[in-house]
Amino acid sequence: MGITLPILILAIPFTMFLVLGIGGVKMPRKVAGVIGILANASLLAICYTVAFRYFFSGDTQFIVDGVRQQLQVFDVTWLAFTERLVVKIGFLLDPICAMMLIVISTISFMVHLYSWGYMEHEPGFQRYYAFLALFTFSMLGLVVATNIFQMYIFWELVGVSSFLLIGFFYKLPSAVSASKKAFIVTRFADLGMLLGILVLTFYFPTFNFIDITHNTGNVLASTGGATFLGASVLTWALVLIFTGGMGKSAMMPLHIWLPDAMEGPTPVSALIHAATMVVAGVYLVARMFPLYLVEEASMQFITWVGAITAFYAAVVACCQIDIKRILAFSTISQIAFMMVSLGVARPDIHEGLGYMASMFHLFTHAMFKALLFLGAGALIHAVHSNNYTAMGGLRKYMPITHWTFLIGCLAIAGIWPFSGFFSKDEMLSAMFSYSPFWGYWMTMVAGLTAFYMFRMYFLVFWWEENPHYKEHKPHDAPWQMSVPLLILAAVSCVAGFIPFGHFVTWNGEPYDIHINAQVAATSLTVAVIAIAFAGWLYLKKNDKPSLMRQALPALWTAAHRRFYWDEIYLFVTRKIIFGGICKGIAWFDRHVIDATMDAFASMTQFVSVKIKGMQSGSVQTYVVWYFLGALVLAAITWICIL
Amino acid sequence: MTMDLSMLWYLVPSVIMFTAGVFGFITRRNMIAMLISLELILNSADLNFVIFNRFLFPGQMEGMIFTLFAIAIAAAETAVAIAIIINIYRSLGNTDINSAKEMRH
Repeated sequence: MGITLPILILAIPFTMFLVLGIGGVKMPRKVAGVIGILANASLLAICYTVAFRYFFSGDTQFIVDGVRQQLQVFDVTWLAFTERLVVKIGFLLDPICAMMLIVISTISFMVHLYSWGYMEHEPGFQRYYAFLALFTFSMLGLVVATNIFQMYIFWELVGVSSFLLIGFFYKLPSAVSASKKAFIVTRFADLGMLLGILVLTFYFPTFNFIDITHNTGNVLASTGGATFLGASVLTWALVLIFTGGMGKSAMMPLHIWLPDAMEGPTPVSALIHAATMVVAGVYLVARMFPLYLVEEASMQFITWVGAITAFYAAVVACCQIDIKRILAFSTISQIAFMMVSLGVARPDIHEGLGYMASMFHLFTHAMFKALLFLGAGALIHAVHSNNYTAMGGLRKYMPITHWTFLIGCLAIAGIWPFSGFFSKDEMLSAMFSYSPFWGYWMTMVAGLTAFYMFRMYFLVFWWEENPHYKEHKPHDAPWQMSVPLLILAAVSCVAGFIPFGHFVTWNGEPYDIHINAQVAATSLTVAVIAIAFAGWLYLKKNDKPSLMRQALPALWTAAHRRFYWDEIYLFVTRKIIFGGICKGIAWFDRHVIDATMDAFASMTQFVSVKIKGMQSGSVQTYVVWYFLGALVLAAITWICIL
Repeated sequence: MTMDLSMLWYLVPSVIMFTAGVFGFITRRNMIAMLISLELILNSADLNFVIFNRFLFPGQMEGMIFTLFAIAIAAAETAVAIAIIINIYRSLGNTDINSAKEMRH
């Protein structure tokens, strides 16, 4: 494969960022929007070309004896600090990378198109497109990384672009604090990731993914059995690297930033906080999967974190009022699903089915969750509120949004023949084969998923018409917003039939997907019961939901307040860290460090006030002083010589 | 014939020029006169270069060449100084150094 297309994949969005970022203020909105969309369309074409050539050309550099190969298209040295610490920038093409190219370019294009309608009247339209381009560039750079350091660099860049886009409405205090929260929490998690990278490369001095994942035995041997606090250093390194993934993918206890990130524009939530950036953690684990396999403890850690997060987020999603928050918690829950699936993947269980299923779900989830978010954007656009209390009975007013949203809900609930059914079924069979406990646990989460999604669906589209519609009649969105909805809905209908096992497996060998009838029947039954229950509660306006709420007020409030995680964080940071531990440090800073500096400043000021009369403005006085000074110096020199 | 005189005979006029220059620079109020005094100081330094080159390193030319450079640069510098003085004259109406005391504390 030539290097032109891979370089263009990174160059186009970066150029767009520069062009729109620097020249955007001078452009009319329409020009900026059209340029952004056209550049993205060409990016889409190039990404598809590269991915399709990788999957279908049958070229021996991509596939040998039916086994898909990992190919470094280029890998150039960028920074050579020392002999061991060399940072390279490259382009690694392998099945998950090619899949991510498709996902990112598709969703990014849909969001660019959608934003043209959604953001039309917002100030800073050009800036918005520039940031979107920056994000697309960073995300593509992340997935094509040949080494963990490149991934780390782009990892931070997606964090920055996420920060910029969450805080896009920078005049709203809530958006500003949400963007800061997202940045600080993920940055805190990335500290763990950096430590993990340092530990790993201290023992095995290479950043390159292929070197690491193809020599797992050597990596293990290089640590020499060193342990720290009862766990091997390799486990520590892997768990620390996974911490970065926990931050980006909003796993507990670092999930608190994602619900607040919904303050950003809705298309941004669809692109960054549902489909692409938040799955970076899953992608990271998948990228280093062979190494994670070496350490059973790290796999257990991933499974536990994922399983607890999935359940927690699903419960919280049942008690939210803001539809974007429901979707945010649903995203957390679904990503946790993928994490568990990776955590239970073993080569000896159906040839690593969990890995394939996780990637499959990543793909289908990106499509239907972007669809749901864009649909939510259309709803918000129509009623000017994020809360379902302002909606209800919208199915007659917004037919396109209604049908596409229903497809998204069916897909995420796992109803045949929508895409979510197939990927979820694969994930659940992987979990059941690993341990029935996790299988039942995650089936329960899948049931909750179906319940809260249809709770939202019924409350938004059925329930009771909101009286405000008489004054302000809601209607379907303009074509720029409807077209992406229709395309993504179509993808969500058919994506399940892709023979995904032939494209993406943990070791590149093809795998035939079999629908596990027992698992499928169980999960389908659970989903249908959950949907029926949601329908029974929310189809028509009644007082059953409020009665339920009154029966268990403490539980409802706790779930609605997200089980007080934000309060716990505030307590720990404000009361314990700022109020306790940092008191002494703050005192030292104020009274010793600052005081020293202040003393220097006031001394300088005092002296300068005293001697400023010397600057009289009379040149000849200066000359006299200068001459006398020269004489004194000459005299001193003379004395010294004699 | 000229070689009969020692180096001191040449240095004394240079010292006199220098002292006169410094004295003039400090005492004169007219900027043009100050500039002329400054030229005297510069020329005494040039003279020293030539004298030391001539007497201490007779076979070499560095001092002479350096003097030529210094004269050229002094000419350029004088042009700048006169330009400044003209501008001061335009804005203040005279060239008295005591009336140009704006740049003070």
